[in-house]
Amino acid sequence: MRVALFITCVNDTLFPGTGKAAVSLLRRLGCDVEFPAAQTCCGQMHVNTGYREEGVRLARHFTEVFAAYDAVVAPSGSCAAMIREQYPKLVRPGSRGAAAIAEVTPKVFELSEFLIDVLQVDDVGAYFPHRVTYHPTCHSLRGLRLADRPTRLLRNVRGLDLVPLPAADECCGFGGTFAVKNPAVSAAMGADKVRNVLDTGAEVLCAADNSCLMHIGGTLGRQRTGVRVMHLAEILAATETAMEGTST
Amino acid sequence: MSAREEILARIRRAVDGAPEVEIRRAYRTTSEVADLVRLFAERVDDYRAIVHVIPAAEVPARIAGLVGDRRMIIPDGLPREWAAGVPAGLHDADGVVTGCAVAIAETGTIVLDSGPGQGSRAQTLVPDYHLCVVRAGQIVPGVPEAVARLDPARPLTWISGPSATSDIELNRVEGVHGPRTLEVIISS
Amino acid sequence: MSATFLGMPGNFPQNSALAVQDSQLRYNLRKATHTIRGKRATVVGELSDWAELRAAGKAIKDETLRHLDRYLIQLEEAVTRAGGTVHWARDAAEANRIVAGLVQATGETEVVKVKSMATQEIGLNEALAEQGITAYETDLAELIVQLGDDFPSHILVPAIHRNRAEIRDIFLDRMGDAPPDLTDEPAALAEAARLHLRERFLRSKVAISGANFMVAETGTLVVLESEGNGRMCLTLPETLISVVGIEKLLPSWRDLEVFLQLLPRSSTGERMNPYTSTWTGSVEGQDFHLVLLDNGRTDVLADEVGRQALRCIRCSACLNVCPVYERAGGHAYGSVYPGPIGAILTPQLRGMSSALDASLPYASSLCGACFEVCPVAIDIPEVLVDLRAKAPHGPAERAGMRVAGWIFNDHVRLAKAQRLAGRLRKLVPRRLPGPASAWTDTRDLPEIPAESFRDWWERDERA
Repeated sequence: MRVALFITCVNDTLFPGTGKAAVSLLRRLGCDVEFPAAQTCCGQMHVNTGYREEGVRLARHFTEVFAAYDAVVAPSGSCAAMIREQYPKLVRPGSRGAAAIAEVTPKVFELSEFLIDVLQVDDVGAYFPHRVTYHPTCHSLRGLRLADRPTRLLRNVRGLDLVPLPAADECCGFGGTFAVKNPAVSAAMGADKVRNVLDTGAEVLCAADNSCLMHIGGTLGRQRTGVRVMHLAEILAATETAMEGTST
Repeated sequence: MSAREEILARIRRAVDGAPEVEIRRAYRTTSEVADLVRLFAERVDDYRAIVHVIPAAEVPARIAGLVGDRRMIIPDGLPREWAAGVPAGLHDADGVVTGCAVAIAETGTIVLDSGPGQGSRAQTLVPDYHLCVVRAGQIVPGVPEAVARLDPARPLTWISGPSATSDIELNRVEGVHGPRTLEVIISS
Repeated sequence: MSATFLGMPGNFPQNSALAVQDSQLRYNLRKATHTIRGKRATVVGELSDWAELRAAGKAIKDETLRHLDRYLIQLEEAVTRAGGTVHWARDAAEANRIVAGLVQATGETEVVKVKSMATQEIGLNEALAEQGITAYETDLAELIVQLGDDFPSHILVPAIHRNRAEIRDIFLDRMGDAPPDLTDEPAALAEAARLHLRERFLRSKVAISGANFMVAETGTLVVLESEGNGRMCLTLPETLISVVGIEKLLPSWRDLEVFLQLLPRSSTGERMNPYTSTWTGSVEGQDFHLVLLDNGRTDVLADEVGRQALRCIRCSACLNVCPVYERAGGHAYGSVYPGPIGAILTPQLRGMSSALDASLPYASSLCGACFEVCPVAIDIPEVLVDLRAKAPHGPAERAGMRVAGWIFNDHVRLAKAQRLAGRLRKLVPRRLPGPASAWTDTRDLPEIPAESFRDWWERDERA
């Protein structure tokens, strides 16, 4: 299967390890992964901060870059939700842009969705002998409605001890530019999330979104808790031969 | 332009060209409840109201027993055999006995419509004790069935348990301004 | 909107930063919102047709708004036919003038009030005070707020920020007839309020209320409450004045079958609230006046995205699940409408010319919990994002966003920027200066990698 990887600007710039893990995982499962070089950013930061014009330009760019592919996989619930949920609202119904968006959006999948719904695998043959807790992230949970897809995948990882995260459905406080526009409330939410993570005794906090992990991980790091954060793709890419993939 | 005309004009400008809306009522408008009396009694009890389920023939004696020598408002049109206690006026009564217009099993609600035997709205509000007799046939399964049975032209009071507040730390406390004790006799 | 809140300084980030430091407030809010959240989830879960009720609720409200002019006229006719008098108010000042005039016509100088968002919005109590009329709040929480010279901080539970000990102190200090040995047991506090207000109810000749719903077809008004203070005010006084927003309408009597299920379960988390009163026109000899209030609502109605906020039935379920509200508290929003619904309603009703109002659309992490629980399916995140596009933006932010947009517009530019960041990566300090300190005050920065994903792909994979 020919799959286009939408790496997302955050992963591309700050978390290349997640992209490498996604590529190795998809190849292991028999996919022919392509990386359209012209891709940039889905436009979420601009749209959600109130810069719609720039956001619409980026949305148009995205639809042009990915129009030709059968399936687009994004290792980010938030960016996938932006494209699927918010793109259609950015343009007038019936306009030229609307048709292009309607064409491309159904082909865009978050990674766990693609594995379970399209490839129909819930055991990807991974090995990760650690105690892990999973934060479902808001846009994956309430936007994309990923439900138990990510945890089904994690449960089938050999050696992995999945422990439930208390109040998992509560926002971590990242919220894009919210984290810097309302730093006090964002930090208070992050501190509560961190407390819940620590209560699980997990070594690793996993999520399908590096932006949330950047916030929670940054708080965990500042508090010197020793708990690592890892993207879902990195855990699923880990095997006995390639231990733990790369964990940047 | 009058305020009325101006507001109406603003509305017309605001919704000009807005799409029409279709209302689909796919929710339950009737429900099958195996034992209406039991469900209603359970739900009333959940509000910490006192519930008695007794045969119709025993109702007058039960009322008399419960009321004792309390000073009671006797609403117009109350069945003569339900009158009990010492007759009293609005401001010196300890309690009131009424019937009801309809009762809702799913929510444990009784509805008064100021009809015969139900008193004025003040009569069921000012005294601290309200004893309400519900005949089994007056109980409907859910809210839609109750709304359909009621007459909007009459003033209605829907009562679900005794007066309560959750304003202090969201702890429910029974009894603020309305009757602090609600007692319901279901006559089956 | 209300003059009550003009004293609220600053903007949401500043107000909430202060609130976050108040550990008592955070404890009170957390306890209260989590309690009610759980109750709501239980009683909503009991109804197998909740999704269908919610869809119908949304559609009924949308239909009402689509033909609001027609339904208001129908309502006016029905109320008038039933012996009531209908007044129309373009704005707060006009509504306050009408109500003051009606009270003055009775010759009374005291009125009792049922908790009403609309009258708080227009600052009615303060306006009446200027005319020498004293308004007494009778809802327990409103009484706590009024006695404490405080502001409400929640739609349903205005004194949610106060715990029992604080309430006891307010009663002892400010309620003349509070028993000196008053304990902080909720039952004892409620009893004190009961005794304090009883004589006032029996004495008052004029009452002022709002309404949860108005039925156009029949002219019926509906008030849901718990304590019985509503019933006291609605039934005992000789004159009843109800001030109601024009969007509180429902087309038909039958529509109540939907809303009398949606509202109590979403609001107090009960199958049904203790008391619901409905009345049509003048009842049992009472003189009834209905004041229909616009006060910015028709502006909201004109906004294609924002108008869904007018579906709101003021249940406050969105406040109780909001992680931002839970930590910031209601006062930070500087409006009678706090929480997620306030963040979309206040800027639409008042505009965004003040720093506070312009900051409200950003008072959300867009987590979507509010939309999920809203009984009339208001897509609050969608409206927030739409309002952000209309909000004023600072020049520095605007410039930064423009540069980011320019870089993201072209992958070659993006790659160059990434390489530059990679080269400078060792120079980034652990704590950043200026606005970026908002991140690094509490969080470590991620390490910038030497090579971006795209450069790795280009080097390693492409061949």
